[in-house]
Amino acid sequence: LFSLVISCGLPEKPLLQLSKILWKENIPLLVVKSSGFLGYIRLQIREHFIVETHPDNRTSDLRLDTPWPELEAWLQTQADAMETMTREQHGHTPYPVILYKNLCEWRRTHDGNIPANYKEKKQFKELIKTGILKREQNPEVDEDEENFEEAMRAVNTVITHSNIPANTLNILNDESANNLTSQSENFWVIANAVKRFVDLEKRLPVEGLLPDMFSDSARYIELHNIYRDKASQDAETILRHVHHFLQSANRARDVVTEKEVQRFCRESRFLRLERGCSLEAEFSGTGSTSNLQNSLEDPDSDAIYYLVLRAVDRYTSEYGCVPGETDVEVESDTVKLKGIFSKLCSEAGLHPQGAQDDHIHEICRYGGAELHSVSAFLGGCAAHEAIKLLTGQFVPIDNIVVYNAVSSNVTTFKV
Amino acid sequence: MEVDEPARENWNGRWSHLRKILERKGPLTPTAFQPSPDILQFLLDNCKILVIGAGGLGCELLKNLALMGFRQITVIDMDTIDLSNLNRQFLFRQKDVGRSKAEVAAEFINKRIPGCQVTPHNCKIQDFDESFYRGFHLVVCGLDSIVARRWINGMLHSMLEYDEDGDLDKTTLIPLIDGGTEGFKGNARVILPGLTACIDCTLDLFPPQVNFPLCTIAHTPRLPEHCIEYARVLLWPKENPFGDDTPIDGDDPSHITWIYEKSTERASQYGIQGVTYRLTQGVVKNIIPAVASTNAVIAAACTTEVFKLATSCCNPLNNYMVFNDADGIYTYVYEQERNPNCVACSNRSQPLVFNKDAKLKDVIDHLVNSPSFQMKGPGITTSIEGKNKTLYMQTVPSIEEKTRPNLKLSLEELGLHDGCQLVVADSTSPSPILFQLKMKD
Repeated sequence: LFSLVISCGLPEKPLLQLSKILWKENIPLLVVKSSGFLGYIRLQIREHFIVETHPDNRTSDLRLDTPWPELEAWLQTQADAMETMTREQHGHTPYPVILYKNLCEWRRTHDGNIPANYKEKKQFKELIKTGILKREQNPEVDEDEENFEEAMRAVNTVITHSNIPANTLNILNDESANNLTSQSENFWVIANAVKRFVDLEKRLPVEGLLPDMFSDSARYIELHNIYRDKASQDAETILRHVHHFLQSANRARDVVTEKEVQRFCRESRFLRLERGCSLEAEFSGTGSTSNLQNSLEDPDSDAIYYLVLRAVDRYTSEYGCVPGETDVEVESDTVKLKGIFSKLCSEAGLHPQGAQDDHIHEICRYGGAELHSVSAFLGGCAAHEAIKLLTGQFVPIDNIVVYNAVSSNVTTFKV
Repeated sequence: MEVDEPARENWNGRWSHLRKILERKGPLTPTAFQPSPDILQFLLDNCKILVIGAGGLGCELLKNLALMGFRQITVIDMDTIDLSNLNRQFLFRQKDVGRSKAEVAAEFINKRIPGCQVTPHNCKIQDFDESFYRGFHLVVCGLDSIVARRWINGMLHSMLEYDEDGDLDKTTLIPLIDGGTEGFKGNARVILPGLTACIDCTLDLFPPQVNFPLCTIAHTPRLPEHCIEYARVLLWPKENPFGDDTPIDGDDPSHITWIYEKSTERASQYGIQGVTYRLTQGVVKNIIPAVASTNAVIAAACTTEVFKLATSCCNPLNNYMVFNDADGIYTYVYEQERNPNCVACSNRSQPLVFNKDAKLKDVIDHLVNSPSFQMKGPGITTSIEGKNKTLYMQTVPSIEEKTRPNLKLSLEELGLHDGCQLVVADSTSPSPILFQLKMKD
């Protein structure tokens, strides 16, 4: 059997047949279509979870609002020592110390709350600034303390509540995470274990990474180790929950590895889950069409081309040729294609807004012609999606994209 | 020598797909477009395309262009084929390692696509002059260097001619289509010299290179990368492990091993984990991962624009597309505006404002460090009392030595005054750039 199937240019009937088999066997299907300056990629997959999503702007997980005892003790010691540090030490103190010190001060005068909005964060940055040493030669002027600059820059992303992101919460609260069976995949087994952890500890496992920052080596490594150790501890606890389940389900302990659990914990704030819709459900209107319908309300959206291109494949199934094959037939085929298009839309429960005659005529003009560069663009994108699906890294499309080579734009929507 | 066999080359239906696009009108075709069989003939027999770069993007570009009917293609690339290229530069095979990329690429395409004539040049773009570049209808770049991009951009701009009324003579306009990729991100842009934004208009958009501060490397390492940089930047020049003045060769495993071992020592001194051979090589060679699919997509987008501009059958991209397929597939298209003070395309003499006590070195540093100029090794000449004077030039060692003392002199001491014209030459531009000195007291 195959891990993935990619279909290029199948007419509708065989495509539908293929898609039913693959949906049943839970094998992902990528459908790619290219015609003139247009094309689309459609992903059919039941469920796809991604642990390593590689987010573009990965925020750090410093937990300064809820430090555990070891972290708090270290930060407090450092903070207290700042008054009597040498200039060198002061300027090489890693910024989490600076943030922690000022956060304590702020909370004292703000009912225990952390800075909550733009105004307060601005005031918080001013507070940090007051801690900068003055120049020995010129007490009017601040010393150049890079660590304080870093602290102020970090306020927006680091001084936040260490909440559980929505995507992660949805996964932890999902049916599949809460009703484990002996068939449950590792992702759900670990999610279940993390859920237990969260229920008890009221927090996600610590990520354990420390971004590079201006600091002396010794203290950077000490601090890094504190985060690393806690992450290790948390992962161990979760691994125990996993083993507990596996035992009760009569499954081998090594089905889920320690490395897998550690990875899941490290990425817990960025997990993603995608659930799809079969071609059968989509075509017959029994799937969810609200997202696609929304796109269709906008007469300028390229989403309409997805339906016109689908109509071409149905045309091919019904007539055994492409619309607009010969010059003289372009006009008459446009009429036939329009008929198919309307029927297809109503079957799928979709109501495109705005005029579609131009879109349909344009596709007929192509007469099934493929421009190599347009196919190459779609091919490159589809190949990339295939690799994301097979490696389980980075987030695949969810679940249709239309490419318009006239405007050089890609439009995404979901069925 | 084989005789031309046009019947064999243009078998029935070979260009039928292209014909449908070029010989039919539709709702999306521009009103000015007149479908005609002549357009395809133009592509096949006349249209001359220059492809710069025969690497990741270049291979894709050549394949795409050849398959879309372009047959007069010239390709320039100064590199030779490396083993690590073979995973995505698909015109090359293992037996080709060490050979010129341009030559092997041309051979492959010419063999694979009957009738296609790719002419390779294994040299730098700077080795050609205006008369060479005038011979093309379109130029498309798949480069990995900003300096080279700026150079070809400057060359095409220098070829523009204007009539007595100051209007652009459009027959001297050669469009430049530029593509760039980095990991999962890429961009494609259409530049119409003299009309639209050019490469230098957006110079300050290019991301700065990641360089670790020397003090971190020397005194407070925290990351494995810092340890590797310590070995590369500080230890190697000091210890010269492979002989005096032997530079680091990133492809020589013995060099990398030496750096790796020294990095490991440093790392263990500080308790830093994570130094590996692979990381060492990555840092030394400054490897940015190249992804075949991103190259395929960006080259495809560029080819589509070449096709549109060559045939006028469709409106071109206007004018900058950003692409990212890390999370789903994302594109963003916008019209990059011209920078009215652009060094390359504004035809304006750039002002340089300095105090009379400022040293010549300050001027050089400004030209190098300013985000608007980002020059590499500028040389400055001027005219004082009618006589040409070279203030400083870096490219010729004897002149560099002779003019080096000028760097310490002030502008006033050098005989410059407010309003002087300075002529600056640099590798980022094929022709010198004129500046007007505004000297303050």
